[in-house]
Amino acid sequence: MEIPYYPGCTLKTTAKNFDDSAFAVYKKLGIELKELPRWNCCGTVYSLTSDDLMHHLAPIRNLIRVEEQGADQVVTLCSMCYNTLAQSNLRIQQNEEERDKLNEFMYKEKVKYDGKVKVLHGLTVLRDMVGYDKIKSQIKKPLDGLKVAAYYGCLLLRPKEVCIDDPESPTIMEDLIRTTGAEAVPFPYANECCCSYETVSNKDIVIERTRMITQSAQAYGADVIITSCPLCEFNLDNRQKEVRKKYPDHVDIPVLYYTQLLGKALGLPLKSLRFDLNYINPRELFK
Amino acid sequence: MKVKLKIDREESLREKVEELSGENLLKCYQCGRCSGGCPSIASMDLIPNQVNRYIMLGLDEEVLNSKTIWACASCFTCSQRCPKGVNLPKIMESLRQIRIRKNVDIVSVDELTPKERMELPTIALVSCLRKMSS
Repeated sequence: MEIPYYPGCTLKTTAKNFDDSAFAVYKKLGIELKELPRWNCCGTVYSLTSDDLMHHLAPIRNLIRVEEQGADQVVTLCSMCYNTLAQSNLRIQQNEEERDKLNEFMYKEKVKYDGKVKVLHGLTVLRDMVGYDKIKSQIKKPLDGLKVAAYYGCLLLRPKEVCIDDPESPTIMEDLIRTTGAEAVPFPYANECCCSYETVSNKDIVIERTRMITQSAQAYGADVIITSCPLCEFNLDNRQKEVRKKYPDHVDIPVLYYTQLLGKALGLPLKSLRFDLNYINPRELFK
Repeated sequence: MKVKLKIDREESLREKVEELSGENLLKCYQCGRCSGGCPSIASMDLIPNQVNRYIMLGLDEEVLNSKTIWACASCFTCSQRCPKGVNLPKIMESLRQIRIRKNVDIVSVDELTPKERMELPTIALVSCLRKMSS
């Protein structure tokens, strides 16, 4: 089965390990991710002011590209892309006047967009379209004994209108972890924000958040953290070197994309999982 | 015939924020649940519920010059948990926009070191500049 795939800016640059591992994993599970032609950056954040319609053009244009393919759904892997596309789509569905205005802005587009495309996240595709039973049956190298903490962050779960699971007690990633034979370790910081883009303007708060999140996961026994957001991954993985500088007693914990963990359990070749691009070397985990 | 229109007063900050956010600030009863769950609170000078209160009290400069509006990471934890359904991220964004629309840049690419520009992923740069530059 083929699904249009929207990669977003970072999966083609610093999060190539997410992109490559996802292609391999989904293919193995019978889903062909077909990259959208002419996709553009969605803007990464959903504009929140009532008069700012311009910034909804970028996400909506991508949904127009989906309709041009004759498709009615699109999958994305990045939590921020998912949130921006899904919230803009919802806005178009609910507000006729704004929908007309946005279509007028985009008068050169052949498709008049009315909110019909379904925006999916890669995790819901695994849960709802592939099914955990099928994933379980395909596991070649079970990750027995590995303790994995799922880190959701903010934008997969909030606001609740676009949440992929329960906004306060999600289990979608834990359920996925269990299909691989690994043990899912719930921890209290799983859906606490890492302070996101503050990593540019106020690195110190991100260092503190990264320390709290990574140490909490370790205190609950985790060997590794998984996530689905390239910004969370950067903050939790790369920023640990700054945590270590500030707090010399800090012990590193590897951070992976969920597709990398799943790919390992599916027995996919290491070169498609790109562990070389994770800052803290995760290869020790699988020895 | 000439008609002279006289405007008695400028739009208050509260009115501007309510217009830009679409939120009714009066709904807030200051329970502080927003502040209780806020991940950025350690780098704020006003805590999130105080921002609402300060706007209500007409303390415009204190709010607009606070660190708080730039420390907010728009994670939606506060709006998810607010018992009164106040969408505080929208209020924070309105305050940022009021500043940014006067060509204020809190973050600019020129001020980042070459090392930071190399290291930071696209997603971080785009989102931060969208929130903090004009």
